[in-house]
Amino acid sequence: MKYSYYPGCSMHSTAAEFESSFRFVAGVLGMELTEVEDWFCCGATPAHITDPLLGLALPTQNLLQARPTGLDVATTCAACYNRLKTANRVALEKPKKREALAQILGEEYKGEIPVRHILDIFVNDVGVDNIQRNVLFPLNGLRVASYYGCLLTRPPEVADFDDVENPVTMDKIVEALGGVALEWPFKTECCGASFSLSRSDIVGRLAGEIMRYAKQAGAECIAVACPLCQSNLDLRQKEASEYEGVEFNMPILYITQLMAVAYGGGGKDVGLGKAIVNAESVVHRVFGHRGSERVER
Amino acid sequence: MKWEIKTEDIHTSFRDEVEELSGESFGACYQCGKCSAGCPIAFAMDHGPTKIMRFCQLGMEDEVINSDTPWLCASCQACTTRCPREIDIAEVMDALRIIAKRRGIKPRTDPDIALFAEIFLSNLRWFGRIYELGLVGEFNLLSGRFFKDFGKAPAMFLKRKLALLPSNPFKWGKVREIFKKCEKMKEGEGRE
Ligand code: SF4
Ligand code: SF4
Repeated sequence: MKYSYYPGCSMHSTAAEFESSFRFVAGVLGMELTEVEDWFCCGATPAHITDPLLGLALPTQNLLQARPTGLDVATTCAACYNRLKTANRVALEKPKKREALAQILGEEYKGEIPVRHILDIFVNDVGVDNIQRNVLFPLNGLRVASYYGCLLTRPPEVADFDDVENPVTMDKIVEALGGVALEWPFKTECCGASFSLSRSDIVGRLAGEIMRYAKQAGAECIAVACPLCQSNLDLRQKEASEYEGVEFNMPILYITQLMAVAYGGGGKDVGLGKAIVNAESVVHRVFGHRGSERVER
Repeated sequence: MKWEIKTEDIHTSFRDEVEELSGESFGACYQCGKCSAGCPIAFAMDHGPTKIMRFCQLGMEDEVINSDTPWLCASCQACTTRCPREIDIAEVMDALRIIAKRRGIKPRTDPDIALFAEIFLSNLRWFGRIYELGLVGEFNLLSGRFFKDFGKAPAMFLKRKLALLPSNPFKWGKVREIFKKCEKMKEGEGRE
């Protein structure tokens, strides 16, 4: 399984643990990754709210740089995924914009490179069976609320690998790892990511509601697959706790971190220490005295 | 809420402008309210998305242009996904923000929202990739009351960040070229 890999900016800074755990997991699952040459920022929300053409030109140029490899482009960040896939959709469906973009970039892009989120690749290329087969330390019934946020499933014409209102890819992975995937209603609610800095009051309220429902469902941690979701729920947990009037102490882990734990990754690969909310409770649950027995082969 | 609509408040040219920029047509909206019902930020908005759609339908420019709703929209796509009339409301919000900018209008309750996008883009333009920690620092510094002169920012980024950059700061020539060309195209549109 070979992929061209577009990490996106967060993976090299705030989401370093997403990057390290993903790379470890990719190795275990036999995914070969080639980074897109000289990739640069997709422009995220600021570009498309400022100038729609700029918001398309940036991701399109990145796809052009990925084209020579002829491989599917894998992304980890939900926002990058949304921008790259939107660029594809425009290239396929809007000839006028495609022309304008060709003028800007000096090359025409016809939307021919498939862009895939890693959740899609895990479940549909690697397969749940394979994900399960590689488990060394089952999650020991850890109760996990999978949180998808907005852009992994929306809009469905762009993000098309899972159900738009009740996505299940992450839940399937959690179950394959030996955890319990919880049913809960806030899977796809927005966390207000783009206001993390400018309006932390809004983010605190949204994050608070998300965590309240996760807690009600009995979650011991929340699994995410987007750097913005992680940093928002983790970084703004103080504001969220204040808004809700309860101390949440909810570890927010990347799904790849849970996978890396189950696959026996080392501290550097898993990177549990990077988050603000301590995830020791998760480790205790998996490796605690009730014991996660190493699977014998 | 009761709303008095006067004929002089209605500008069909404004409606046309938004329709043109967003590629959506307001006639399709039948005011079901689903967009506001699912909007996570509605609680913080002065008018919910449904009301904004109605104002746009009627061409009530002042109401829309002076509303903070488009600035507060988080682009979460819930409205777009759920609208039974398949209107891309999030795209309309993008268009409204751009039009407000064209008119030189800043978000009323929160200029910081616009500031964040500006800092983000100038970082991207010069460095190709976003260094988030730098971005946070920059933002906190610039949104602080004591530092108003945003014009100095790019030079500042350049000075401070270049030292941190790896070998080749000119690697991002293509990115700057894209920014320039997009700006040119925008100017071209303005003249038409
Ligand atoms: S959901 Fe669509 S049809 Fe309903 S009020 Fe909103 S824009 Fe109009
Ligand atoms: S895209 Fe904007 S207007 Fe639509 S639901 Fe999300 S925040 Fe509300």
